[in-house]
Amino acid sequence: MASPAIETRHVNKYFGGGFDYLRLLPPPFDRLRANGAKKGPAHVLRDVSFAAQRGEIYGVLGANGSGKSTLVRILSTLLLPDSGEARIFGLDVVRQSSEVRSLINRVSADPSFFRNMSAVENLLFFGRVYGFSPAEIKRRLPGILARLGFEWERALEPMSHLSRGQQQKMAVARSFLTSPVLMLLDEPTTGLDPRSKRDVQAFVRQVRDEHDSTILLTTHDMEEAELLCDRIAFIANGRIVAEGTPFKLRERVARGRPVEEITMETVFMELTGKRIEEDEEEAEKVLAAR
Amino acid sequence: MLNIAERTAQPGLIRGPVTLAYAFVERQTNLWKRYWAWELVWLVYGVVNTLAITFIAKEAEQAGITTDASHLVLFLLLGTLVWAYLSAVLDDISLVITWERWEGTIEHTLMAPVSRAVHLIGMSIFGVLHAIVRTLLIFAIAVPFFSVDLGQANWFAAAVVIVVGSASVAGLGILTGVLPLLYPERGTQMSFMIQAVVLLISGVYYSVDVLPPWLRVFSYISPATYFLDGIRGAIIDGDGVQDLLGTLATLVLFGVILVPGSIAVFAVAEKWARKTGQLKRQG
Ligand SMILES: Nc1ncnc2c1ncn2[C@@H]1O[C@H](COP(=O)(O)OP(=O)(O)O)[C@@H](O)[C@H]1O
Ligand SMILES: [Mg+2]
Repeated sequence: MASPAIETRHVNKYFGGGFDYLRLLPPPFDRLRANGAKKGPAHVLRDVSFAAQRGEIYGVLGANGSGKSTLVRILSTLLLPDSGEARIFGLDVVRQSSEVRSLINRVSADPSFFRNMSAVENLLFFGRVYGFSPAEIKRRLPGILARLGFEWERALEPMSHLSRGQQQKMAVARSFLTSPVLMLLDEPTTGLDPRSKRDVQAFVRQVRDEHDSTILLTTHDMEEAELLCDRIAFIANGRIVAEGTPFKLRERVARGRPVEEITMETVFMELTGKRIEEDEEEAEKVLAAR
Repeated sequence: MLNIAERTAQPGLIRGPVTLAYAFVERQTNLWKRYWAWELVWLVYGVVNTLAITFIAKEAEQAGITTDASHLVLFLLLGTLVWAYLSAVLDDISLVITWERWEGTIEHTLMAPVSRAVHLIGMSIFGVLHAIVRTLLIFAIAVPFFSVDLGQANWFAAAVVIVVGSASVAGLGILTGVLPLLYPERGTQMSFMIQAVVLLISGVYYSVDVLPPWLRVFSYISPATYFLDGIRGAIIDGDGVQDLLGTLATLVLFGVILVPGSIAVFAVAEKWARKTGQLKRQG
């Protein structure tokens, strides 16, 4: 049996909260701890288990700070889980990280390029480190850019001259250039103008229709999740609280109402107990309190 | 269906580590072209520094402090040039993480299927080439200001010292480049401070004999000390490779320990950074 594209089991991730030395103090002094107590580590991913099958677009929908990027980073070998395991096509992301790296690529919410180099120079580098020759890169690139609605002349200008939308399209181009078997799209359309957003979404759908690559897409945009994803997992406070096809998720909360009339918003609210905006406000409060 | 085994075998093995290392040399060259104004700044700074320090020898002659001014001129000239070279190598390599953080590319570079050894060696090769070009330019501009006699110089031996010594300096650069990985906020400052200490203990502008004994001890563990010894031996005294065997052997030993050692330390630090989330927080 072929292993799933992604499989995680009981993944936990904590950040911060080093050892609390004041805890070692004997009684009269331990009162120092009341003010000085270190905050415990933040539990950012809680027992995350899910599987994405080959060829599917698997969505992870959650508010800011719910742990989406942390999950993507663990899958892309940039973070080590504190417990549990994650496999990409059966390969362990910790022990077989170099094999995993050659199978994946990633788009993050911020484009991350060498800003004074041109887009072509950037892609030449990021393609080469995946083992592609400059000739192959130059052959593949124009097609990808055209499908993203990106004018070729602009690809020769320094990245810093490009708009955010154009930079993000370049980031999408960079990751598809290396023909990854698994693509990790971490909020690829966040902060984009509506036009660029549509271009990127259309491209993702085209890729799904034409290739058998698997895509994990995180977003906090309900419509986007519904538009693009075969299955969706809701993540709140680092925990996956529900999972299924958009239809199945609606059905779960329908209770007699016609399924088509239920919005994803409603589903999210009923299954997580919150509206996604509230969840975001809460996350902001948590951040502000830090 | 996809053949995962074939895919995972592809990059490093088919293309080979040389092409992958070259990706970093090419990228740094492209960056360097875009930041040419900074290169100019460093060049001017290097020339001015070389002149300023070498003029001290002229002053010493005029004030009657030294009888052998031409020796002192050459001694200081080589000191500043070698330091220009070493600090350029150290800068380029030790900024490996800082630079990526600043550009915001760190995660994309570190998740590429390139072994860290190949990555670091690619950066080191660029650092050495870059430093050679810069130092040759400084040399060509500064030398005509002084009437130095280079007739006795053994250029071949000097080239051997540069080739052999650069590996150990690259190792030192990688080692200081670990600090920004461990301390995202202060690491770069820490690695510059280490560079300053290397300047102090390695006998760049004086021979290490003048150091107080407790400092002198440290000069033995700096590869730059032997690098300077070798270059001065070859150019001032005209020593050949066989005269410099002891120095060269020491440099080889440093290289053999520092290059693999620093790459291993880097790997441990990177693992720690991946565990604690120090690579990057946002996005
Ligand atoms: N490297 C890190 N170090 C410390 N805390 C982090 C780090 N990365 C993320 N966090 C925290 O973990 C939580 C989840 O973050 P993240 O995974 O980025 O959420 P999302 O992508 O869903 O917005 C947030 O509270 C964030 O502040
Ligand atoms: Mg995020």
